[in-house]
Amino acid sequence: MAKGVKPRVKVPKSVSAGETITIKTLISHKMESGQRKDKEGNLIPRSIINRFTCEFNGETVIDVNLEPAISTNPYFEFEAKVPEAGDFKFTWYDDDGSVYEETKSIAVN
Amino acid sequence: MELTRRKALMLGAGATALAFMPSMPATAAVEDAIAEFTGGADVGEGDITLTTPEIAENGNTVPVSVDAPGAVSIAIFAAGNPSHDVVTFNFGPLAASHSASTRMRLAGTQDVIAIAKMSDGSFVRAANQVKVTIGGCGG
Repeated sequence: MAKGVKPRVKVPKSVSAGETITIKTLISHKMESGQRKDKEGNLIPRSIINRFTCEFNGETVIDVNLEPAISTNPYFEFEAKVPEAGDFKFTWYDDDGSVYEETKSIAVN
Repeated sequence: MELTRRKALMLGAGATALAFMPSMPATAAVEDAIAEFTGGADVGEGDITLTTPEIAENGNTVPVSVDAPGAVSIAIFAAGNPSHDVVTFNFGPLAASHSASTRMRLAGTQDVIAIAKMSDGSFVRAANQVKVTIGGCGG
């Protein structure tokens, strides 16, 4: 597992049913592109997060494929519908096989 | 021709300028990357909005957002990066709007292209040029 990986997600705590919310996610990750060279001129191997998904109660909101052109600390902002109370599950997939997960519960007024 | 100090300096400056010229964007290669996403289908103009800054001071983090109502997925390509693919957003049934924002790296001044796959199987594109002051691919 890459060091210092910390997911951060911003989701409102409660909404009215059927409302649209904006979700912001950020995960600290160096996103080594595989294009850079070290002091000796050797290529630094690629090490990125290659996939990010967001699900709500098992249904997909967004599924993103990332390439090395995504910046350090990948950030995403998108909108989701909230039909009922439940859990948002966020998952990041690292090149090295690690999986980082974060869950946020949301209540319906 | 006598090689004076002045001429030698000018030659040197010219050679340096040549060495720092950005490599011309390989437009043919980015079309290949796009064809891989579209499966060779025709790409039309349509309801897609790509928002990028006109000038990005730092190519390491360039904010980019796309919005294409009715899209199933949206892919972003960078014509002048060593690898043209940037990101692909696939929208699920609970996506409230078919829009998303992220931050990308750009190696230099170049065109950023967004292609949306609509629910009826057609493709639409939008492209913006972004001027980059400092490139974002190491090197």
